[in-house]
Amino acid sequence: MPIPLNVLDTRREAREERGPAVPPTEDVREKVFELEAKGEWLVQRVPDPWIGVTTKYGRIKKIPIARTWHHKSCGQCGHIPGYSTAIFWLIRKLGLDYNDPKDQTSCTAWNYYASATSNQGAQAAVAMRNFGAAYESGYFPMIHCGTSYGHYKEVREELVHSAPLRDEVRRICDKLGKPFVMPEEIVHYSEWIYAMRDEFAKRRVLDLSSIDVTVHPACHYHKLVVEDAIYDPDVYGGQRTAVVSSVVTALGANVKDYSTWFDCCGFGFRHILVQRDFTRSFATLRKIDVMREEANPDVVLTHDTGCVTTLDQSQFAARAHKPNVGIPVMSEAQFAALAMGAHPYRVCQLHWHSTEYRPLLEKMGIDWRERWREFEDDLERLKKDDKAYLTWEDADA
Amino acid sequence: MVLQARYADVPIEEKQRLFDQVKADERFESYLYGCYECGICVAACPSARFYDFSPRKIAQAASREDLPMFYEQLNDDIWNCSQCFSCTRCPRGNNPGGLITIMREVSINNGLTSAKNALEGYGRVVYKIMSTGTQVSPDMLQPNAFPDWGPHVQEISDNLALWRRALPPDTMHTTSTAWEVDDKTLTELYLIWHMTGVLDMIKQVDTGLHMILNDVMEELLEEAGFTPE
Ligand code: SF4
Ligand code: SF4
Repeated sequence: MPIPLNVLDTRREAREERGPAVPPTEDVREKVFELEAKGEWLVQRVPDPWIGVTTKYGRIKKIPIARTWHHKSCGQCGHIPGYSTAIFWLIRKLGLDYNDPKDQTSCTAWNYYASATSNQGAQAAVAMRNFGAAYESGYFPMIHCGTSYGHYKEVREELVHSAPLRDEVRRICDKLGKPFVMPEEIVHYSEWIYAMRDEFAKRRVLDLSSIDVTVHPACHYHKLVVEDAIYDPDVYGGQRTAVVSSVVTALGANVKDYSTWFDCCGFGFRHILVQRDFTRSFATLRKIDVMREEANPDVVLTHDTGCVTTLDQSQFAARAHKPNVGIPVMSEAQFAALAMGAHPYRVCQLHWHSTEYRPLLEKMGIDWRERWREFEDDLERLKKDDKAYLTWEDADA
Repeated sequence: MVLQARYADVPIEEKQRLFDQVKADERFESYLYGCYECGICVAACPSARFYDFSPRKIAQAASREDLPMFYEQLNDDIWNCSQCFSCTRCPRGNNPGGLITIMREVSINNGLTSAKNALEGYGRVVYKIMSTGTQVSPDMLQPNAFPDWGPHVQEISDNLALWRRALPPDTMHTTSTAWEVDDKTLTELYLIWHMTGVLDMIKQVDTGLHMILNDVMEELLEEAGFTPE
């Protein structure tokens, strides 16, 4: 269903009359292939079958459906584990093949943007080591973190434009015994969710027509190397990224607009760790407060690690002086999984979240008391060492 | 007229030396195309709302090569930036946030006191990412580290090992790293830190941390038969 932004209708007409414009930026992927032809590196092809989606300036980006290598996120796995679990659950629910590697490090960009205790060469080498590991596995990288995604796109630009940097990193990869390989596309998990949204909609088991959602687009998804993010003329006239919002409407919930959608969440990279007064103030004053005031949503959905953490965790302290806070926050992956009947604790792991989410679950038609009782039984079994870990079979039992 | 009264005692040659390092970075050219001083970046900037901070001034100082202003920013401003890159909305194609990334690197490389101060309390995070390959771990969720996140942090910390076992993905049963990273993978990461001079950067700002990191890395590297160059 289109999400209108009425003021843009006239502009759209003018644009249609004018015809397609030449994209203002080069298509870096062409350069990636040129370098392959020169024997500078290998290019890992997007495996078949893939889905074509449209990016900011109308180019087509290939999103692989399966055989994906999951470049996990530090903050998701560490502090919001239901985020990563929900992504894997969605893939499994569709019966698709994937690889969850141990031969993967963080992109280390959170630290880089926080402390600058790294440099261009190291950042590019970390990226290419991970890409090499994906290539060796035969699976195609799918990147869970928005910062990794944005940063890897920056790294790709830098490598394409700098022969000395390529030489430095190639030398390092040789020493590590890793192939020097660039993926054909750099793909964020939220792009896969966007591409697969109709499949999720077909499998939806909850009625979400009464659920109002505000979307926070992640800065490092749409502000870093902007031309590679997904846009759709039917979503806000193509003036905002279409990921997340399109998924919400496909699942039958309602996207609500608010004026500070472009603002960052306040994460700040170093601020969230050592200067949280800024983070808390920004997250509540510029995001949660405004959403409450203008849209009064049931839930905030976003598609990156830092945004979920910041928008969720910042609300506790603000309660002391702000009655207005208290909107649950999660990723669109968790929301889609819930819509498809995923367990709120075994899969979406909502007990790791801070802001009260139980009224939302009730409104979605989920009996959270019963689900929590089941999860407590699981924990008892684990405590008694009846089993070492909760399994995927348990998750869907 | 000199607008910047601060750091007047620092010789202009020193300011020039540091500016030259920023300008010499390969990325500088593609992050700055001159500045209209339109302020669009400031309107989009979260840090400008909370600090006396302006991405416009960053772009302005860099394009005019205003050394006193640059030096002041290097010491007093750059650590306020959120690195969100909202300022890439710049109609001129500038990336003030990117300029700040470069300025931060230069300030670390030169061991500036302001950089050391900015990293105070942050060392444990540098240690975590460089030694384990993941930036944050479940066991960092301690009430004394995140008192403002409320009592549920205590609940997580009390149940940590058990709750981690209640995660279906095999790679996520860890408590001291975000996911399980192979030793071979870690060895490769350590080699990257050595070969790209990142360890030398750490030495500039925190000798204690540098020593600990070296110790931790040495063992795995030796086991794998690598001698860092
Ligand atoms: S950096 Fe760009 S957005 Fe900021 S004032 Fe200059 S021209 Fe305007
Ligand atoms: S990257 Fe820094 S300067 Fe740019 S908008 Fe974000 S906080 Fe402001």
